Amino acid sequence: MTDPLADVFRREAGRCTATLIRVLGDIDLAEDAVAEAFAIAAEQWPVKGLPPNPGGWITTTARNRAIDRLRRDSTRTDRHVAAHRLRGEDMDPDQNPELDDLDGFVDVVPDDQLRLMFLCCHPALAADAQVALTLRLLGGLDTPEIARAFLIPEPTLAQRIVRAKRKLRDNHAPYRVPRAAELPDRLHAVLTTVYLIYTEGHTASSGDTLTRVDLSREAIRLGRVLTELMPDEPEAVGLLALMVLTEARRPARTAIDGSMIRLADQDRTLWDGAFITEGHALVRACLRRNQPGPFQIQAAIAAVHADAGTANQTDWSQIVALYDLLVALNANPVVALNRAIALAELHGPAAGLEALQSLDAGVLADYQPYYAARADLLARAGQPHEAAAAYDRAIHLSANATERRFLEARRAALAAPQP
Amino acid sequence: MPQYVLSVWHDQPYDDLDFNSPETQRMVAQVSDFNASLEKAGVWVFGAGLRPASTATVVRAAGGNVSMIDGPYAETKEQMGGFWVIEAPDLDAALDWAGRAAAACEGPIEVRPTEGA
Repeated sequence: MTDPLADVFRREAGRCTATLIRVLGDIDLAEDAVAEAFAIAAEQWPVKGLPPNPGGWITTTARNRAIDRLRRDSTRTDRHVAAHRLRGEDMDPDQNPELDDLDGFVDVVPDDQLRLMFLCCHPALAADAQVALTLRLLGGLDTPEIARAFLIPEPTLAQRIVRAKRKLRDNHAPYRVPRAAELPDRLHAVLTTVYLIYTEGHTASSGDTLTRVDLSREAIRLGRVLTELMPDEPEAVGLLALMVLTEARRPARTAIDGSMIRLADQDRTLWDGAFITEGHALVRACLRRNQPGPFQIQAAIAAVHADAGTANQTDWSQIVALYDLLVALNANPVVALNRAIALAELHGPAAGLEALQSLDAGVLADYQPYYAARADLLARAGQPHEAAAAYDRAIHLSANATERRFLEARRAALAAPQP
Repeated sequence: MPQYVLSVWHDQPYDDLDFNSPETQRMVAQVSDFNASLEKAGVWVFGAGLRPASTATVVRAAGGNVSMIDGPYAETKEQMGGFWVIEAPDLDAALDWAGRAAAACEGPIEVRPTEGA
């Protein structure tokens, strides 16, 4: 990105909004004020140049604009109260906000962004609202961008965001980092939301691949912010490690024609070395704390894959051991499915199929990866007829054109089933 | 201070609930302890258990005419069995109390903020 304003926006929008919500006590007011400040910057910066502290400039300008607006709207009692409260602070609200030395005026607390993450991912909100609100308030994405990325109609997404904000406001949701006792659960909700954003970008389920890459990059950026603000939380570090190690494979995941390439078939020289180095360092750092959690273990699994120069060199016994640990911590059918796939690599397709048998088929009845995995194992076990049926089911369940083409190619490559 | 309504929900009509059964007696004791803890913390505003929905009457006033019909307003099998109004500094505090209420009642609790508090 070459536009300096867009750069600043990407970097600072979430941080400024987070601080303004604390200062103003109102999400909508903060959002409007930050948008207004960026609009002023778009006029002034090309002429006057970038201020020395662009983020501080935006925050202070936004605050001044919000105060102006509160004054204008002060016929409404609640706004009047808010304006009155703000006037007590150490600044002249009428001051022209174009001065660079205003940077020091707004007390930017690093915790502001954390507060906002916990607010956006409040457990009283549904997961889809948590994701939308996080992208909107912390990522600075606008409603059409988020709607496009998630393939949902814009009005639906807009309403989702409005409802979520109203629910938080009407319920007097607190703007703070949760207390130690609540922190593990609340942090898990934040990490899950960030990972959901990452995987949505990773699966590339629409034609608009670029938008999807942006989602993954935004998730990684949020992951970095989290680890900076909560360096003592190994699961936050684990999540970042998992995301960068997965992201490292992106250049090898698709062929020139856009078709999907399996991990086993990827050209590993295309993997991003910088991401892998970073991921390895992060995995080492979090595992040293000896407080294993699901994200750390998944990151460790990704690190084992990253260690293998070719697919044949993969240390499957270590991967199976890590999946065993993951199942022990977090027994869910998706984890068990991945364990069965790893087991097949270690002991052959029959062992994998046997492990699949013991899964709860009801939960996985509409889960495409289950049928894709089963089809692959059946094919390798010399059961092309059953494999074809499983591929048919997987193809039927796939919502993603690239994935569907991949599955169709795999099905076509089966030895012709005997009638 | 914000106020919240914590309502207790039953999946089925509870007209035939046996108050002498050990299960009900246990819940009554738990709820009574919970009430005491609400009062002790200064959170209590009001609370009551409700007779079953089959005892409800719906009253309407249209154009100066008041009419009434038998039965609860919502024709669902789920019923509100009681409620508390509590005063709490914020949502997280209210949810914390709701968690304790759910444990006491051994059933789901709906939390809703009141208007304009």
